[in-house]
Order: sequence, then C-alpha cells, then structure tokens
Amino acid sequence: MTPELRRPLPRTWWLRKQSYLFFMIRELTSLAVLAYAILIITAIWTAAGDGSFTTFFDFLKSTTSVITHVGLLILALVHTFTWIALTPKVMVLWQDDEQVEPDVIAGANGVIFLLISGAVLWVVLG
Amino acid sequence: MDVAEAVFEVHRYLPEQEAEPRFQEYEITYQDNWVVLDALNYIKDEIDSTLSFRWSCRMGICGSCGMMVNGEPKLTCESFVKEYDTETIKIEPLAHFPVIRDVVINMDDFMEKLPTVSPWLIPEEELPIEDGEFLQTPAQVAHYNRFSMCINCMLCYSACPVYGLDSSFTGPAALALAERYNLDSRDSGMGARADVITAHEGIWECTYVGECTEVCPKGVDPAGAIQMLKLSYALDWAKSLVMPRGSRS
Repeated sequence: MTPELRRPLPRTWWLRKQSYLFFMIRELTSLAVLAYAILIITAIWTAAGDGSFTTFFDFLKSTTSVITHVGLLILALVHTFTWIALTPKVMVLWQDDEQVEPDVIAGANGVIFLLISGAVLWVVLG
Repeated sequence: MDVAEAVFEVHRYLPEQEAEPRFQEYEITYQDNWVVLDALNYIKDEIDSTLSFRWSCRMGICGSCGMMVNGEPKLTCESFVKEYDTETIKIEPLAHFPVIRDVVINMDDFMEKLPTVSPWLIPEEELPIEDGEFLQTPAQVAHYNRFSMCINCMLCYSACPVYGLDSSFTGPAALALAERYNLDSRDSGMGARADVITAHEGIWECTYVGECTEVCPKGVDPAGAIQMLKLSYALDWAKSLVMPRGSRS
C-alpha cells in the first residue's frame, strides 16, 4: 500500500483568511473580558480585605485605568455584538408556518441587551 | 464560443514515484463555458493522462469533485474558469484529508463518522407497512429541509480549522445530518443520537468559526445546525435535572 500524504495545519492557519482572523479576534475578546472580570474581582476582594476602597477608587481614576477601561469596553462590545449576531443561528423560531426572520431575532436580542445595560447604568449612576 | 488562455497549477503526488508532492503547470485554452472540472478533464485527455482526480455527475449532485481552487474548497463542476482572474489557477486536494494521489483524498474518516450519528429515521415505534405513510405538513418539512440538502461533498470539513487541528471532531456535515433527523416530525431518535452528538468530539468541539456554512454549495448551514444541537441538548439536559423521567435522552 502506498503512503498517504498528511498535511498538518500550520500554526498560522488563522492568518490565511480574513474570516479566520475575525474568528480569532472574536475568541480573544472573550479572554479580555475574562481577564478583566478576574482583575476587578481581585481588586475589590483586596480592597475589602484592607478595609478601605480609597486606593482602589484612586486607581480607577488614573489615566492608565481609564485607557484600560475604554479598551476593554471596546473589546466587550465586539464580543457582545458578535454574540448577538449569532443568536438567530441558535434560536430558530417559527410563527405559524413561517420562520421568524434572523434579523428580527438578532434585533430583539440587541434591544434586550441595551435595555438591561441601560437599567444597570441607571442603578449604578442613579 | 469565446476562448481564452489559463495556466493551471495542479498538486501532484505520485507516491510510487516521488516521496514529496509538487505542483505541475498546464497551459490550456478554454472555452468561456468551461468549469474547472472541464479544464481538468481536458488536461487529462489531451495533455497528461497520469493526472488523477475524482468526479462523476458534473452537475453538483454527487459531491465527488470537491477540491481546493485557489485555496478555497469548491465543487469544481460548479466553478467557472472565467471567474478566476488570477495569473494561475491553483488546484489542490481538499484540505485536512490525507492524500492518496494527486488531488484524490482518502475519505474513510468521514465515511466512518457519518453512520455514527444515525442519519436515518428512528420512529417511536415500528409500524406495519399496511398502516400507510408517515404524513407531514409542508411546515413540518420546512423545519428540517435545508439540512437535508447535504451531498456529502466534504467541503465543510475542508473549511473547518477545528477538524484540521483535531480530526477526531465528528464534523459539520455529519452533525448537520443528525440535526436534520432530530428536527423531523417522524423521528424520535434524539436520545439515541445523544451519546455521539454530545461527546467531546461532537457538538462541543465546534467553536463556531462558521466557514462550513460559507463554503457549502447546497446552503445547508452546518454551523447553524450545530448551534441548534447545542441548545436542544443543553435544554434536554436541564430538563432531565428538573424532570428526570420526562427527558428524551
């Protein structure tokens, strides 16, 4: 029997196509969100242990913190909206004999996301 | 009939003669109604009879002429030569599969995986033929119809980097067919298929790159099917916690 040719995928496979690159960016944004969640929980935990949030609040007001938060907000929004764009793939709904349009499902999820985000902002800033 | 010149750069692998693969160029004159498969058949008939490739129906039904055309998985019987404006048209075997010869791949892995998802109707109970057909309304057909169009061409496996990195992944076409039967009103096999579908190599291996859907020549949307499977089996698992006797799986 003649040998078969095996062609392993190179580590740079995700640079071969724009869609693969976008996929990697989408996945990496989730790591940024995770890293931020761990960071903020650790910071709050430490501040609570010290009995004072003053140092923590001072850090939040620093330029480094503001730049970091703006960057993380952009990554979180990319992650959120790519996730919302995926929802029609998962939630295939039928009304009578007609499939509900994917844009309607994604739009509804987007509106729900904005309403919940607005409510959280109102509670935090209000 | 308009004619034009094209250069085909074709992957050659002749294991009984050469240890390493290489590319061979063929300059041809093609008619503007030729698809890539016509060009390959012209090369084989008129220039180099040693070139090997699979094909059969020439009309996008049999799914056997899939190859990488300029790096994209394509059915060569549906890809017109004139639509490629590159200097050369590069023909390679479907990515992620072992190559037997030239652009002929070994499809055993897919053929072994396909029956593992039980891609056939599993009725709740076997009824005698005298009871007649299992009737369906057009709406019931619409629920699964798009997933039933798969021609097993394996372009989706070739586009899927998850399968390229880990060939144990059950893969897009097999899982889409599983969902096609899960959604069928005549089928009660969701539980019977659960072990294979929800295994680590099944739906949870999919990270939703989505390219399987992009390259599918029949509009099957395997990526969507896999996400639907994730939701339905996750809900089924949740239901089994709340109502242990009511779950389907």
